[in-house]
Amino acid sequence: MAYSNKVLDHYNNPRNVGSLDKADPNVGTGMVGAPECGDVMKLQLKVNPDTGVIEDAKFKTFGCGSAIASSSLATEWVKGKTVDEALQIKNTEIVNELSLPPVKIHCSVLAEDAIKAAIDDYKKKQAAHPVEQLVS
Amino acid sequence: MKTPIYMDNHATTPLDPRVLEAMMPYFTERFGNAASRNHSFGWQAEEAVEKGRKQIADLIGASPKEIVFTSGATESDNLAIKGVAEMYAERGNHIITAATEHKAVLDTCKKLEKHGFRVTYLPVKGDGLIDLDMLREAITDKTILISIMRANNEIGVLQPIAEIGRMARERGVLFHTDAVQAVGKIPVNVEKDNIDLMSISGHKIYGPKGVGALYVRRKNPRVQLTAQMDGGGHERGMRSGTLNVPGIVGLGEACELCGKEMAEESARLGALRDKLRHTLESALDEVYINGSMEHRLPNNLNMSFAYVEGESMLMGIKDIAVSSGSACTSASLEPSYVLKALGVGDDLAHTSIRFGLGRFNTEEEVDYTAQRVIETVKRLRELSPLYEMAKEGVNLKKVEWASR
Repeated sequence: MAYSNKVLDHYNNPRNVGSLDKADPNVGTGMVGAPECGDVMKLQLKVNPDTGVIEDAKFKTFGCGSAIASSSLATEWVKGKTVDEALQIKNTEIVNELSLPPVKIHCSVLAEDAIKAAIDDYKKKQAAHPVEQLVS
Repeated sequence: MKTPIYMDNHATTPLDPRVLEAMMPYFTERFGNAASRNHSFGWQAEEAVEKGRKQIADLIGASPKEIVFTSGATESDNLAIKGVAEMYAERGNHIITAATEHKAVLDTCKKLEKHGFRVTYLPVKGDGLIDLDMLREAITDKTILISIMRANNEIGVLQPIAEIGRMARERGVLFHTDAVQAVGKIPVNVEKDNIDLMSISGHKIYGPKGVGALYVRRKNPRVQLTAQMDGGGHERGMRSGTLNVPGIVGLGEACELCGKEMAEESARLGALRDKLRHTLESALDEVYINGSMEHRLPNNLNMSFAYVEGESMLMGIKDIAVSSGSACTSASLEPSYVLKALGVGDDLAHTSIRFGLGRFNTEEEVDYTAQRVIETVKRLRELSPLYEMAKEGVNLKKVEWASR
């Protein structure tokens, strides 16, 4: 199977690889997929609690080139967006941007899920730590 | 050294130039039909076919009359299994095979199950070998055929066919072996191993695609087959169709070359394979060999590189042609059923890479491959959340994955 140039670019030069501090109340971590299924994505967001804007995003992915590209692209797209705006990102937009073939659509779905899971984690943390939110 | 490097010789092999040279005249001036009995064009073709038959027979310790030409090993497997099933249906309806066989055997057996045959799919042990005691217990008075491959196409593991052949002979059961990956690479002898039927392919041994053979024993016992294609009754009535003369010339020549060069070639490839293995193992942690190293083809290495998905690995070493047991690289979107049968978890199956060395690989290519694999594994592990978790001491087996 031939890969699109954009997939190759993200695979060869992945953006925002790394990890943020899981314990930081302003960091949301989303981990989706399973090793048995051949793909696991970890996507982390750091949100400015005053503005709700995602100021940083990092990822690590175990999976095929399309999975790596989808999650790399997702970190690029969420940065600078508010949490609510990031929730609007649809997997189909990732498919279009990366020209993913039908067998790779699940990679884009996983990336969308990873964004949602990270935001969900962030919101839970904020609900659990209202004081820290005020302090910061 | 030229790239891309071809190291996927279990999938197919390049045609040896010496084989091509032998074939060429049979495309052009010597184009006759080997079944034309009344003119020199036909005689010339027939002579070439009979030479090919002898070259194949000599390599496997058979008589030329026991060689039936086919379009390839898939056809040979189909003809052997369906042909025996149909011919011996009155004697019994039970066939024994193994879980790690090639799809040409497994799917043929599945088809027969739909027609009332009973098939036992023997499991394999962790090293990929069948358990001979289980085979012994599986044989019943209804068993007509045992089909167990000589060497596995994914992991190169060699089944104990001498023991299987002896057991089959003692119990009066026919024994078929798919020897596609083994013939020409390691010694195979139909007499010594009591083989009754054996599938051979041209393009796995530096011969052409589209030609194969089935060895069919003629005495002690005389094996009969029901033809699976109707037509002119070629090949002793077992396989109709005008013979592929250039293909047969190529298959014959390929066999002769393998016979002459096997000892030297297998020693050379075995040493290169071991070098590849040791280089990878000494540079990387958490790499696992799939299948027995002791009972294995000299040119095969199948390794799992934990936490690095196979397709992403292939992308990283794109100037080297190898293959992976990852689901993403298979038509079925399932990870390798062969590795699954060995008890390799899906997580590790997704990270497996098969290296298949061949006649034209050099030491320089092997060294380059090892370095590229090492770099790529290191890079992708930096990207892998699983590697990070494992290094933090997380037991990945105990994690509840948010899988869909």
